[in-house]
Amino acid sequence: MPQETTDFPITRRSVLQTASCGFGYLAFAGLCARARASESGYRSPLAPKAPHFEGPAKRVIFLFMQGGPSHVDTFDYKPVLQKSADKGTKRGKLLPSPWEFKPHGKSRLRISTLFPEISKHADKLCLINGMHTDNPAHPQATIMMHTGSINFVRPSVGAWTVYGLGSNNQDLPGFITINPPPRLGGAQNYGSAFLPACFQGTRIGGAGRKSSGGSLPNLSNANLDPVAQRRQFDLIQTMNRDLRDRSGVNHEIDGIIESYELAFRMQKAVPDVMDIQNEKAGTLESYGIGKGQATDAFGRQCLMARRFAEAGVRYIQITHGGWDQHKNLKSRLTSNCGATDRPIAALLDDLERRKMLDDTLVVWTGEFGRTPTGQGGSKDGRGHNNRGFTTWIAGGGIKGGLRHGKTDESGAAAVEDKVHIHDLHATILHQLGLDHEKLTYRYAGRDFRLTDVYGQVVKEIIA
Amino acid sequence: MDLFPGPRTKSKVDIAMHLRIAVALIVGLLLQVSARSEEPGAAGLDRKEIEFFEKKIRPLLSKHCYKCHSSQSKKVKGGLVLDSVEGWRVGGDSGPAIVPGDVKKSLVIRAVNYEDEDLEMPPKRKLADHEIRALVEWVRRGAPDPRSGDVKVAAPSSIDVEKGREFWAFQPPKKRATPKVKNDLWVVDDLDRFVLAKLEAKGLAPVGDADRATYIRRVTFDLVGLPPTPEEVQAFVDNKSPMAHHELVDRLLTSRHFGERWGRHWLDVVRFAESTGKTRNYPYSHAWRYRNYVIDSFNADKPYNRFVTEQVAGDLLPAKDTAQRDRQRIATAFLALGPKDLNERDKNQYLMDNVDEQIDVTTRAILGLTVSCARCHDHKFDPIPTRDYYALAGIFRSTDQLVGMGSKRGGGNRYNPDQLYPFGDSKKVAASGETPAPAVAPQNQRAMRRLQRDLVAARNELKALQRKAKPAAGAKRGKNSRTQPQRKNRKGKNDKRQRKVGFSAEILAAPANDAGTSSPAERNERIRELRQKVKQLSEKLNRAKRKGKRRGGGKPKGPAVMGVRDGKQPGDCQICVRGEVSNLGARVHRGFLQVISVADELQIPADASGRLELARWLTTENNPLTARVLVNRVWYQLFGKGLVRTVDNFGATGDRPTHPGLLDHLALRFMHDGWSVKKLVRSIVLSRTYRLASTYEETSYAVDPDNHLVWRMSQRRLEVEAFRDAMMSFSGTLDLEAPTGSIVSSFNVGEIGRNPRADGDTITGNHRSVYLPILRSSLPTILETFDFADPSMVKGARDVTTVSTQALFLLNSDFVREQSRVAAQRVLSRNGLDDRGRIEFAYRLAYSRAPSKAENERALGFLDASTEPDSSTGKNTSIAAWSSFCQALFASAEFRYLN
Repeated sequence: MPQETTDFPITRRSVLQTASCGFGYLAFAGLCARARASESGYRSPLAPKAPHFEGPAKRVIFLFMQGGPSHVDTFDYKPVLQKSADKGTKRGKLLPSPWEFKPHGKSRLRISTLFPEISKHADKLCLINGMHTDNPAHPQATIMMHTGSINFVRPSVGAWTVYGLGSNNQDLPGFITINPPPRLGGAQNYGSAFLPACFQGTRIGGAGRKSSGGSLPNLSNANLDPVAQRRQFDLIQTMNRDLRDRSGVNHEIDGIIESYELAFRMQKAVPDVMDIQNEKAGTLESYGIGKGQATDAFGRQCLMARRFAEAGVRYIQITHGGWDQHKNLKSRLTSNCGATDRPIAALLDDLERRKMLDDTLVVWTGEFGRTPTGQGGSKDGRGHNNRGFTTWIAGGGIKGGLRHGKTDESGAAAVEDKVHIHDLHATILHQLGLDHEKLTYRYAGRDFRLTDVYGQVVKEIIA
Repeated sequence: MDLFPGPRTKSKVDIAMHLRIAVALIVGLLLQVSARSEEPGAAGLDRKEIEFFEKKIRPLLSKHCYKCHSSQSKKVKGGLVLDSVEGWRVGGDSGPAIVPGDVKKSLVIRAVNYEDEDLEMPPKRKLADHEIRALVEWVRRGAPDPRSGDVKVAAPSSIDVEKGREFWAFQPPKKRATPKVKNDLWVVDDLDRFVLAKLEAKGLAPVGDADRATYIRRVTFDLVGLPPTPEEVQAFVDNKSPMAHHELVDRLLTSRHFGERWGRHWLDVVRFAESTGKTRNYPYSHAWRYRNYVIDSFNADKPYNRFVTEQVAGDLLPAKDTAQRDRQRIATAFLALGPKDLNERDKNQYLMDNVDEQIDVTTRAILGLTVSCARCHDHKFDPIPTRDYYALAGIFRSTDQLVGMGSKRGGGNRYNPDQLYPFGDSKKVAASGETPAPAVAPQNQRAMRRLQRDLVAARNELKALQRKAKPAAGAKRGKNSRTQPQRKNRKGKNDKRQRKVGFSAEILAAPANDAGTSSPAERNERIRELRQKVKQLSEKLNRAKRKGKRRGGGKPKGPAVMGVRDGKQPGDCQICVRGEVSNLGARVHRGFLQVISVADELQIPADASGRLELARWLTTENNPLTARVLVNRVWYQLFGKGLVRTVDNFGATGDRPTHPGLLDHLALRFMHDGWSVKKLVRSIVLSRTYRLASTYEETSYAVDPDNHLVWRMSQRRLEVEAFRDAMMSFSGTLDLEAPTGSIVSSFNVGEIGRNPRADGDTITGNHRSVYLPILRSSLPTILETFDFADPSMVKGARDVTTVSTQALFLLNSDFVREQSRVAAQRVLSRNGLDDRGRIEFAYRLAYSRAPSKAENERALGFLDASTEPDSSTGKNTSIAAWSSFCQALFASAEFRYLN
């Protein structure tokens, strides 16, 4: 399988260049706050909604490790793979893990030496070792992870979340995805399918689209200076109010007037949120941001995720590609972990310091895991494994320092306290205060939900 | 109306019921049999057996299984209960859970042993070894079970089709007397009586008529999707003839832009797109022909029943010539161009997913029924049993899709041009200007051409040197008469190969480098080098060619048609229990929905798919839905709301018609008029109801704020296509000619995320918006921003959302700024106008009306503030100020609204 390496440094500029397209909801939060107060009767579809019940988490940061990171070399300790001698199984020869697993923290969770920084946060992590999914191919498994369905085009988890809770912030989208893979379902992975388009994710970078030159499209007008644009803006709004007055009651036109107000404010607010220049040097350093550093690209993503979270974005996904180690396991897995370890640790640190970890659900996962056996006799690579892999969650009311579920002796398949993608989705919604069986949308004559007819909240991991 | 009272409707997504119904279908018969058979009971067991069960088995079942498999379970999984003998004896979806005495055949044992990946129980954790041993022992002993109790599995299919027919949508449209109204003078068309009668019954009166400028703007956008020109508006306003409306409407109906507007509405309904979407997003190189077919059909006013027939079974209809044959085949792309999971390796899954997609689009687009719900279980709300779904599935299963590619897992090329219909006869096609694309990807092509050039140069030099080295050999061979033609042959072959990769004869003929000057030793050295080089280069070239292929590099090879054809072995289809393709149940005869029984008996021949019969069943006048659904779609497009609000769902979960009498009246008239869409549209837009103003009126608003009763025309927002076309009409950049083909047909047939050219945004052009490339997951930004219908979904009614993305797009995007600039130039270059005149001209272009005095003053003030007047003329000619003004017009809400 080809590598899906799509990393590139996220700069403020590239963010702004590509952010233009999904900025729908940018408006919303502000809109809502105003709409509630306004007497216009217009209510934004993204106005904040009450959850089904009080949930500990207010937002999600989803760290997607695209390609299928090897669980048996990272978070799923298998003594049998620590032995040097190859051992035959019916599925081929076991490939010992080149890395050691050491216990960390009070919980003594074993994590491999590939993640020295994340290991320091062991007591915050809930390692779900019994994950499994339906399909061992990248595209299907990726779409499954993001939408809970392979056979049908369905809304993404983020879209469901924003549909369920609306958006609380004033000036930013409710659902942002940074650097999503261009293929493997592409926009479907952050799409809204039958939900109204305003719930889809706003893509920043990635998706194979080129950014267009040095300007900041759709966040500023290349022809007009601020004064001239203000003048034009006032003219537009005067005409809009005229139309509204002529039309009697028309909430849609009220909505348009509000959306312009918001758009105008966003033109300033968005660049401000994305400007990391005023972060302290120490912070940039902790995320590993700096020219020439392997952690620079993903460090920027992580820092951006924190800034978005802080600014009130409901669902943030960041992606690191290239975890498909059919070969070069030693070198590539080392470099992948090296590029992400410090940034992720810094993110957890930062969230905790800002007292945000308790209400931020941080999810780390690939679309599946890898086989404990070497692939095709390879001594340095592993195949796809959908029958067992590891996802970890931190914060958001999930127990830390916990290992939940088990794979078999070698890590080939989940055997104990198995957690399916539907269960993971049900649990994410649950932590946000949403009942996955009640969060439905009527389409084509029936009520659809993220988990279809499946899914059980993994109660055992909830603090 | 609740068709199925009882627990089934209590919870909307109730898996237990879901599954029970599915089970029922399969095990219904079995159940009856087993109920009669001998019942083991406590009485027949000895004390030891009872003790074994109570000590070892019951606690185990209770602890590990009852949560999902007992009559007390919140949700019974898989239709299986284990808290009664009958429960395991009858079993769940997969059949009896235990075969007494037969460990191997007992599914429970297989499940607890984790023998089968898809059947591992308990799902989260394997039982302890001693527990498994106990179960095995119990089954081996004949599963002695003292429990008694009623069977807790589901009752047989409870769908009563006969009763289901009582639902309004399954009743044939009724001919009724047109209602009596008090205000007879108001009525223009019979349909007005239905509307007025309802209003009068509520004590409401319609508002006044729209003025002429409003009407022409409304009807022009509605019929052709373009704004009327200022001249057209003026002419209509000035036309005092009583037939002025008729003349206008007839002009619009005969415009070829009618099909571009109404064809696009249909394309929403049939989820038209030019790529597969999903896991591996490949372009459909030939889908545009279907788009054009739809446009042409609306322009030709093809009777709707014929239109439907062609789309479902056009390939099976007789054709008098090639053109008709092609046209009818193109129509069947309706069935073929849905989203497809090209990465699906399981052939049956791939087939059945496509079948499902076809059933979904056919039944929802044409019948307004959500038949796909019955894939896994009987329809929960409508009288559609699973067997009806599989009766239809058999028809599509017997149909091959020709889309130019197939599914397989992993990377690699899925392109297969053999899976397409040929188009026309090749000579005519060549004359049509469609160029068959080159065989490899352009980015590869450059590299390959370079390699090819180097290779040829090296070969030529080598040949020349070799000739020099062995002059005699050549002469000798020349004498041999038998070798002569061979060499010619070889040369001919060479030529062919060279043509294929596209380099010129000049390169071939280029003289070899100074072959004559070197010494024999040097020459031999050089020959060795060259041989090595030739070898390396040809290897490289082969690699590049292979790579081109692997990347999907195949180009659509010339004109072709996507569509469907009957499979080689048509046949009935087995029910897939719970929709699982590997879980096969009873075989069902190909057929249609029982709830819609049409008078003529339609027999599907054994050797045909049955699509022809399906088309007849869909389009017979006895079908209660087809005409209703279509007239409702038309009404929706013209009033912004359907008579049935849920335009794609006429089932129990859909809305009831606000005007049932009117719906039937229109449906009957539509069929009576030969299923003519144009006649239908004409009668509606000439009606008094359509001519209403959109004026606000307080008392009516208080009674009916949502305008269900149509006391006025609702203000409607323009769809993105009309909005974009209107901007480009204003600026004068819109090219009203239809383009040849689609840009998508020039793409490599490879994954769209890998092809930088294949981005919805890189190719827009100046043609009407209906011709923009529609790639799933890669739509042009403007479409994505303004509520375009997701092309993977059947979507008869678009969302109307208001988000600040839209405002930002209008304020700042390159597209709008550029359109504004060109629009300003147009306004400024208009002869003989002063600034007031220009402002008025711009208003007429943008809103089909003149500005009020206040608006004119305001605009002047804006322009004055935005620019310094030219000192020599005293006029505002600043292009920047006028651009900003035109942009404000585009950005204003009025530009996007129809009154």
